[in-house]
Amino acid sequence: MRKFVLAVAAIALATTAAFADVITDRQAVMKENARQVGTLVKMVKGESAFDAAAVLAALTALNDNVQKIDVAASFPAGSDQGDTTASPKIWEDAAGFQAEVDKFKAVTASAVAAPAQDLDALKAQVGTIGQTCGTCHEAFRVKKG
Amino acid sequence: MGAFKKFAVAALALGGAGAAALWWLALPERLSPNAVAALGTGDAARGQRIFDAGGCASCHAKPKSDGEARLLLAGGVELKTGFGTFVAPNISTDPNDGIGAWSLEDFANAMLRGVSREGQHLYPAFPYASYARMKPAEVADLYAFMKTLPSVAGSAPDHTLPFPVSIRSGVGLWKLLYLSDQPVVAFADGTPDKVLRGRDLVEGAGHCGECHTPRSPAGGADRTRWLAGAAAAEGQGIVPNITPEGSGISGWSESDIASYLETGFTPEFDSVGGTMVEVQKNMARLSAEDREAIAAYLKATPPHPNGYPAPQPKPAG
Repeated sequence: MRKFVLAVAAIALATTAAFADVITDRQAVMKENARQVGTLVKMVKGESAFDAAAVLAALTALNDNVQKIDVAASFPAGSDQGDTTASPKIWEDAAGFQAEVDKFKAVTASAVAAPAQDLDALKAQVGTIGQTCGTCHEAFRVKKG
Repeated sequence: MGAFKKFAVAALALGGAGAAALWWLALPERLSPNAVAALGTGDAARGQRIFDAGGCASCHAKPKSDGEARLLLAGGVELKTGFGTFVAPNISTDPNDGIGAWSLEDFANAMLRGVSREGQHLYPAFPYASYARMKPAEVADLYAFMKTLPSVAGSAPDHTLPFPVSIRSGVGLWKLLYLSDQPVVAFADGTPDKVLRGRDLVEGAGHCGECHTPRSPAGGADRTRWLAGAAAAEGQGIVPNITPEGSGISGWSESDIASYLETGFTPEFDSVGGTMVEVQKNMARLSAEDREAIAAYLKATPPHPNGYPAPQPKPAG
């Protein structure tokens, strides 16, 4: 009996730890996305000068990062528990979540294919990317205290 | 008559008087003739700003509406709260299903007093506790703008409310506690106009306090913790503290706030999320001057600790 309890406890610990890794990893992906988007937003806000080469570099890094998103690997069932702002809706509406991720991939891919060559174009491009972030975060993220 | 009987009669009389007084206090109170006269004549162009600041389309148009569809105010959006499920009604210009037959006075009674054209209490899920602080001219402008919008046929379903929330007279007592046209945050003379303009937008049409302020058990805004953040009325999670204290935006500058309202990006380049996504789209339609005014007001409001419980300690392991 004792062995059984120990085994259960060990498995429980292991799964929590496993999800903690998954959660930390996917948060790191989001932070990296924010860093690249930040380069673009700073130009839009006039905090840094428009630089076509830097735009392409940021869009490329963002797109590489986004294409690697694997919903099954990064959002396994049960990983809504723990220190995460992932909404349970991710699992309740898996198809809807996948559609948002696919849209994100399409948006960053087409941005890299036609990177902004001037500030006005960049404003539009950042607007499209920002809206894509927003629609997914509207439905699939929960704000926590 | 025995002592007990006397007592019973006295209690009944008192109870009756109390009930009558409550009944009288809970009657819907319409605007006075002076208040109606103060509305003046509205201007549709100015009213569009109020429409965007209020985010009317977010509840009264179909969800995810863009472009012209935002202006089809057929209602139907459900607000699932702890008090029951409220359904936003048709407020298009349809004379039967919408409010096309309403006069400016009818409209102002709904906005400022929470009273329908038929003289019934409206439920404060329609955030008139905030709109009551709007200027009469803003209400008239909004009315003029909404008169220009299309007529859409079809009634939205009724609210689904449990007893006793289902008793509309109860709303009258609620109003005694929570309905006031006075500003929440009092500022000293000489406060910059920008801050006051922001106060009009945030406390009035923008009705930011409806989600960002914790509610009392009776469902009214707790003014002692104005904008301190709250548990979300719908679903899980929290609505952030937007005072200059706590874990929300206390570290943000005025331009950070204005920029967030315009672009949807936080100073850390995270994006807007949850129900704020709709709100931010509406804020982006305002002028830069209005967004800066909102930011100036938020930095000038009294600081409060977070109005929601601290997160649960992380599980060990």
